[in-house]
Amino acid sequence: MDMSFSPEELAFREEVRAFIADNYPKDLANRRTRGEMSKEDILTWHRILYKKGWVVPHWPVEYGGTGWTITQRFIWNEENARAETQALLPFGLSMVGPVIFNYGNEEQKKRFLPGILSADDWWCQGYSEPGAGSDLASLKTRAVLDGDHYVVNGHKIWTTLAQYADWMFCLVRTDNNVKAQEGISFLLIDMKTPGITVRPIITMDGAHEVNEVFLEDVRVPVANRIGEENKGWTYAKFLLGNERSGIAGVARSKKAIERLKSIATAELMDGQPLIKTDEFARKVAELEIDLSALEVTELRTLAAESKGKGPGPEASILKIKGTEIQQRITELAVEAVGNYGSVEVPTGEMAGNDFIAGPAYSNGAAQNYFNMRKTSIYGGSNEIQHNIIAKMVLGL
Amino acid sequence: MDFSFTEEQTLLRNSVQGLLAAKYDFDTRRKIVKSADGMSKAVWAQFAEMGLLAAPFSEEQGGFGGGAIETMIVMEEMGRNLVVEPYVETVVLAGGFLREGASKEQQAAHIPGIVDGSAIWAFAYAEPQGRYNLADLVTTAKKDGAGYTLNGYKAVVLGAPWAQKLIVTARTSGGQRDRDGISVFIVDKSAAGVSTRDYPTVDGRRASEITFENVKLGADALIGTEGKGLPLVEKITDQAIAALSAEAVGCMGELNKATVEYCKTRKQFGVPIGKFQVLQHRMVDMFMAYEQSVSMTYMVNLKLEENEAERIKAAAGAKVQIGKAGRYVGQQAVQLHGGMGMTDELNVGHYFKRLTMIDTQFGNVDHQLKRYSTAA
Ligand SMILES: Cc1cc2nc3c(=O)[nH]c(=O)nc-3n(C[C@H](O)[C@H](O)[C@H](O)COP(=O)(O)OP(=O)(O)OC[C@H]3O[C@@H](n4cnc5c(N)ncnc54)[C@H](O)[C@@H]3O)c2cc1C
Ligand SMILES: Cc1cc2nc3c(=O)[nH]c(=O)nc-3n(C[C@H](O)[C@H](O)[C@H](O)COP(=O)(O)OP(=O)(O)OC[C@H]3O[C@@H](n4cnc5c(N)ncnc54)[C@H](O)[C@@H]3O)c2cc1C
Repeated sequence: MDMSFSPEELAFREEVRAFIADNYPKDLANRRTRGEMSKEDILTWHRILYKKGWVVPHWPVEYGGTGWTITQRFIWNEENARAETQALLPFGLSMVGPVIFNYGNEEQKKRFLPGILSADDWWCQGYSEPGAGSDLASLKTRAVLDGDHYVVNGHKIWTTLAQYADWMFCLVRTDNNVKAQEGISFLLIDMKTPGITVRPIITMDGAHEVNEVFLEDVRVPVANRIGEENKGWTYAKFLLGNERSGIAGVARSKKAIERLKSIATAELMDGQPLIKTDEFARKVAELEIDLSALEVTELRTLAAESKGKGPGPEASILKIKGTEIQQRITELAVEAVGNYGSVEVPTGEMAGNDFIAGPAYSNGAAQNYFNMRKTSIYGGSNEIQHNIIAKMVLGL
Repeated sequence: MDFSFTEEQTLLRNSVQGLLAAKYDFDTRRKIVKSADGMSKAVWAQFAEMGLLAAPFSEEQGGFGGGAIETMIVMEEMGRNLVVEPYVETVVLAGGFLREGASKEQQAAHIPGIVDGSAIWAFAYAEPQGRYNLADLVTTAKKDGAGYTLNGYKAVVLGAPWAQKLIVTARTSGGQRDRDGISVFIVDKSAAGVSTRDYPTVDGRRASEITFENVKLGADALIGTEGKGLPLVEKITDQAIAALSAEAVGCMGELNKATVEYCKTRKQFGVPIGKFQVLQHRMVDMFMAYEQSVSMTYMVNLKLEENEAERIKAAAGAKVQIGKAGRYVGQQAVQLHGGMGMTDELNVGHYFKRLTMIDTQFGNVDHQLKRYSTAA
């Protein structure tokens, strides 16, 4: 057992730190805090990393991976978090990409992986439906074979950033007469196909992040089916495992705690920095300790994974604890900014036009807190993760 | 001991409920919040017509002689309907200062405007450096002939964009955080030297940042005794805390009702999700948090006239209870509604946001815990 970095690893850290410092566009950060990110802004960092060949450190080298060790990947994540770079969208890189190179055929790999790597294709996740949330396997979107096409009809919901998407990976029902899990197929659907309508859902923080996607007689080539018909559940679950570990966000939370501390240093209580008060100092300490535990838990999981075990039910620990920590950070940020927590940062069409009261660090604190309530709901709710651990780990 | 409401009180509740059911459904509220004004003058006029704006004033003052329990009833219904109009700011706070601190002349000059709905007030007390400490003031009012000259800055003044009149706390003597030397003034928002920047708040209201630059105040602007304003400020803000507690109870009651209802009807895995024991226990905890909040809200509203230490414990205690309960109930209501709970379309998120903001108003849980533990 050893948790320290070797000299080579330290040198690697210097290299990636310098690369980020030299290449990350400075103006992006400002636009992000003011909620003014355009579609292109969201992709800028992705494109820079693509050019450098660093966009998918977690992929096998033959598909574009960097061949880094888990320690190097850990360092890479840390450095990105440290510099607060724009997080890369997971839909292509972490979700459908690995499904394609694990279960797709050669043609599909050739057809889809390059667009994922270059960010020329924006992907969205078409899993959830109004009647199929936690009980995902009960999904009803139908795909009926018609020659060399499927005809798809149904209604997806909560589809993150579908308003920008070129492609959607989608779970559809291809057999009604078997156990729910055994009649599902995994399709890749071009969002430009006739019959697809995307309708926005505004969340309570004012953001347009999620959508409804209506599919009406949408014709999808059979060639866009991953793997076998009715085996989609296997691929879907593989993807969910990756999604869950991706949600943990340890490195980002570390940086967020640093930010929280700097807010609490600037904020005064009776003339004294808030961070110097027992109440607040203890809350932050507790958070940091929780996060340290999670960090080592994640490293243990990664180490096991690198020995060939895929993310198992333990990924649920990362999901639960990681999201609880993220939510707690945003909750404490609202506490820290005091009265200025009530200021609303204009969103949507209003973004960027208005006066925003309070110190810059307070802007959006409450909306961020409201938004982050989603993390215990999506990716399989935290209740569902508890059920998974109870059943798969504890044998209950 | 008796926790029942009188016939008049029940009547009051029924009529507020009737009005809000007819004029303040969630869609109407949404339109009001999105309108340029951000509040409804028509609804405010209806409050006046119904006597709600007169409720706490004595009959000589042109009111109905209602007490804390009447305010509690009104505020609980306001909470249920997420009313954004500045009842607390105008009636409870400004009304409170005028009732309890002002001279007969000041009362005669200002209460009628509140009662008939023509004047809206806001309370400008918080400053960026002061956090929740009501005494941490750098805004000053310097003696100037018979009157004063006001200079300073007030943060997040709720309801100020709608107000014509402000109650302003300022330092007339002493150091930045001294308990002595604080005075309370009536300031016309239109007076020379008052400038405001208005903005929306996350709970659908409006607030202003206010700068006072050499604002000239007459002698008749001072409420109470110069330099001795803090006890009055504390007393009136405790009344506001009692009112906010009732509002929070209204919000929580609606959230719990909506959540239980949703869990009975939303099906996953072939059963209503309310069949899952983990969710049942969660809703039981939400229910208990609500009941404990009702209790603390009764208590604080019954103890507002007790001696200072008793009153402070009751107010701080209630604020701690509703702060914690509001957070728990709000978060869990969202969680149990799943994705639906995150939407702007459903009222659940709006109650959650309001409860979050109630916690920050007049000091959050930490602040009130400290206040409770140091009360004499
Ligand atoms: C912001 C956001 C982004 C999202 N992005 C996407 C996306 O890009 N693509 C996509 O496909 N989906 C997405 N989702 C959907 C998300 O995966 C679902 O919201 C989630 O699976 C929960 O489903 P539901 O909303 O229908 O809630 P429900 O399943 O109805 O759950 C309601 C409540 O019941 C609880 N519950 C349900 N079953 C059980 C049980 N057996 N035991 C105990 N408790 C239970 C849940 O935990 C929850 O608290 C997103 C959701 C959000 C909020
Ligand atoms: C100090 C002490 C004094 C006592 N005095 C008396 C006495 O004077 N007279 C007397 O008759 N008995 C007495 N009892 C017994 C007491 O009533 C039982 O211990 C109690 O009813 C629990 O039963 P059990 O110990 O068999 O635990 P179990 O019923 O086996 O419960 C074990 C655990 O499972 C949980 N559990 C069980 N069913 C459910 C469910 N449906 N849903 C969720 N969780 C569940 C329980 O909450 C508990 O955590 C006493 C017990 C103690 C510890």
